[in-house]
Amino acid sequence: MSIALYRIDDRLIHGQVVVGWGKPLNVAFIVLVDDAVRASAWEQELYRMGVPSEIEVVFASTKEALERLTEWEHDPRVGILVAGDIDTLAALTVNRHPVSRVNVGGLHHRPGRSERLRYVYLSDAEASQLRTLAARGVEVTAQDVPTTPPVPLEDFT
Amino acid sequence: MSEPLRGVIVSHAAVAQALLAAVAAITGVHDALVPVSNDGCDTGALAERLTRAIDDKPAILFVDLPGGSCLTSSVRLARGKANVAVVTGVNLAMLLDFVFHRDLPPGDAARRAAEAGSRAIRTPAA
Repeated sequence: MSIALYRIDDRLIHGQVVVGWGKPLNVAFIVLVDDAVRASAWEQELYRMGVPSEIEVVFASTKEALERLTEWEHDPRVGILVAGDIDTLAALTVNRHPVSRVNVGGLHHRPGRSERLRYVYLSDAEASQLRTLAARGVEVTAQDVPTTPPVPLEDFT
Repeated sequence: MSEPLRGVIVSHAAVAQALLAAVAAITGVHDALVPVSNDGCDTGALAERLTRAIDDKPAILFVDLPGGSCLTSSVRLARGKANVAVVTGVNLAMLLDFVFHRDLPPGDAARRAAEAGSRAIRTPAA
């Protein structure tokens, strides 16, 4: 089945990912792509605590994710890949990797960002990054949970 | 006598605020608990809210779920602090017990709260 959801979410693995998306998608594995978490066994344990034992959690650096993306795409199980920022997800779309859709699930307020949706705050540079992704043929939408309709990129950038 | 423990309820949406209101309504105790919601927060913003709520006081962080952003931020903040402990699965029963036992060391108070909360989960015959 492969990776059913490529998600940008600065909370990384949390309730919306595990329950909101994980339950309806019947997810068997979650890939967390984050260089800092990959380097910290303690942080990994923290994120693992929120995931039922029947769901595998894979921690990967951006470099490792690039190397293993094809493997995950061919996994017969259903998976979710989560990254905490646009840069990380954008890095996975280079070299003709098969990321065709990106879900912006949560980017929250920080200095320099403005509110685009209740759960999406972007700087102008970040909005431009998302438009660049779309121009490469990636479908970019915002959607926090699957019971809400996806918001097209042009409606929040 | 040392300062009584502060309880910080850390939750999604308005659960923390509602639990605080319920504890106040039942006990009349208004100064033992502080609510923190993760609404609109990334991990940095939630850490700031938690830091303000704890205010360098001895505290127990009562977290709604045993995983997710509320827990990860709480555990990160409590790490290495002897006067801050974390309990997950917050419910009204554990808070009602806690507000009357705020003079315990944080670790003991956390264990006591967890036991009180667990005892409240039953399946009574109807």
